[in-house]
Amino acid sequence: MSPNELSSYLIIGAILFSLGMFTVLTRRNAISVLMGVELILNSANINYVAFSHFSSGNSAGQIYAIFVIMLAAAEAAVGLAIVLAIFQLFHSIDVEAAQSLKE
Amino acid sequence: MEVSTAVFYLITLVTVVSAGMVALSRNIIYSAFSLLGTFMGVAGIYIFLGADFVAAVQLLIYVGGILVLILFAVMLTHRITDVKITNRAAGRIPALLVVAVFVVLLIQTVKETPWLKAKQVVYTATTATIGDAFLYDYLLPFELASIVLLGAMIGAVVLSRKEIKE
Repeated sequence: MSPNELSSYLIIGAILFSLGMFTVLTRRNAISVLMGVELILNSANINYVAFSHFSSGNSAGQIYAIFVIMLAAAEAAVGLAIVLAIFQLFHSIDVEAAQSLKE
Repeated sequence: MEVSTAVFYLITLVTVVSAGMVALSRNIIYSAFSLLGTFMGVAGIYIFLGADFVAAVQLLIYVGGILVLILFAVMLTHRITDVKITNRAAGRIPALLVVAVFVVLLIQTVKETPWLKAKQVVYTATTATIGDAFLYDYLLPFELASIVLLGAMIGAVVLSRKEIKE
């Protein structure tokens, strides 16, 4: 582990990804699931920027990272709107409570 | 040990520990605030990788936008008077098993692959390069991104409004 090695960044990304996946798999609260998705997206971004820094030297990886951040913002907006709609309908945001599409 | 290496370890520690808090905390407010540490730590890692613009975007959008949105959603979906703000988790042991196997595999792969050594690292401002790339090579994705954001915004408004029944 040192700041000058690609593998240390990849390992940080792997750990963040696994924690995000654990969050998505175990949480029953819809907002927590969305937080896990954010962790996963962040880990992917770390990999993009790290590979961009260590390989070609051009900024393509950073541009992809910015696109991922943009999509994460869109995902958070729509996801949380869906969570609020589920809450209004079922009065709970437990993902197991939302089993039907309409009341 | 150099100062920069120590700072790198500190940032890594903050990132991983707060991500662990997000995954394991029993209180969803704590989870949401730990996410702040993760996002800040990831921004620090971007700075170590010489990506200053991405780090600034990370701080602006994740910390300033998404985190505030998540906190709003937490506040709106829990009765604040209700003291017990739960964050129930289920099926932890199978999930832990799957994730542990996965992370061991990933780290093993990363360690065994012969990666290129870093070139002499030159830290220059990347904003101008990124701006040029957005307006020349990536113009179509850039414009599509605006449409996606517009669509997401309208979709969010439509989804979260109250339906008025006649």
